[in-house]
Amino acid sequence: MNEYTYPILFGILIGVVARMVMLRSDYRQYPTYLHGKIIHLALGFIAASLGAVAVPAIMEMEYTAVTFLTIAASQFREVRNMERNTLTELDGYELVPRGNTYIEGIAIAFESRNYLVIFTSLATTLAFLIWNFYLAVLVAIVCFIITKKYMSGSTLGEIVSVEQSTISFEGAGLYVDNIYIMNIGLPERQKEILKYGMGFIITPKNFNARTTIANLGQRQAILHDVSISLGVFRDSGTPALVPLIKRDLDDGRIGVFILPQAQDVDKAIQVIRAVPVLENAIRMPNKKFRKEGKR
Amino acid sequence: MEIEKYILATITTNSTKVTAGASIFICETKEEMDKVAANLEAILDGISHALSDEVYIIVKHG
Repeated sequence: MNEYTYPILFGILIGVVARMVMLRSDYRQYPTYLHGKIIHLALGFIAASLGAVAVPAIMEMEYTAVTFLTIAASQFREVRNMERNTLTELDGYELVPRGNTYIEGIAIAFESRNYLVIFTSLATTLAFLIWNFYLAVLVAIVCFIITKKYMSGSTLGEIVSVEQSTISFEGAGLYVDNIYIMNIGLPERQKEILKYGMGFIITPKNFNARTTIANLGQRQAILHDVSISLGVFRDSGTPALVPLIKRDLDDGRIGVFILPQAQDVDKAIQVIRAVPVLENAIRMPNKKFRKEGKR
Repeated sequence: MEIEKYILATITTNSTKVTAGASIFICETKEEMDKVAANLEAILDGISHALSDEVYIIVKHG
């Protein structure tokens, strides 16, 4: 035991707790089971240890110890690869796949959360050593608030409005409202689609949202989320029964065609509104124009 | 670039409308055409699309 023992232990504890708080699971997220969670808690522990040990190392004039952090960086990049590979492998067996954009978003989140853990541990240990325990607790709380507030991205409900719409056939063409979805030849399939299908129109609230929801990865994320939460009327031998999203080129609205097993319109709208806006799909053309206008 | 869509079969009630390419199945009636198309759809894991009332194609999407 020396003067650094308690600060380091405290920093590690706070870091692990921070990782636990960030490791929320709900209906659409991964990991869901204990094994997956343990991997991330263990990595969180390593990250917290690295963050906590860095401060005493510097105080003892062991500046080379900081190179540890670079090892941490490459280690956590590996975490991102691991998550990406696992999810991509699994995606092939999903009835409605997540899509690469969604997977990349999840992988990025896993990596960045480990850095947040390092930062949290570092800040709390530093506060403990410079000031005292109580201020370290305060710093920990501030870190928690920051991670909670800024690390949860926005949801689709904030940038679009969602309404239920009719699905209809014009000849063999399937339409949601006036948006063409696909060509279904067999009358039998058409009947199934009219019976089980549901249509929604997503209207962007502004020009930025219009480009964001046009992204194919974002659209696939909507289909995946709806399909896993409401079920999907589909099997491996029925390629015609596939949920699809198409875009109205005139005004940027998108038509969502889904085949939910639970025919609950309100829930479907709720789920669509709760779909995360994918980091890699966000486009902000307006920002560019605003900047140019100022010149 | 990889081609992702293939026409696997053509089903028709009017043989003058299609010529060689994918396998062609000529049927007598619309009902027979529907039945053949439904079977082929299940066997080939493709979607049957209607080009007109007389011609269906089975397409494999990627």
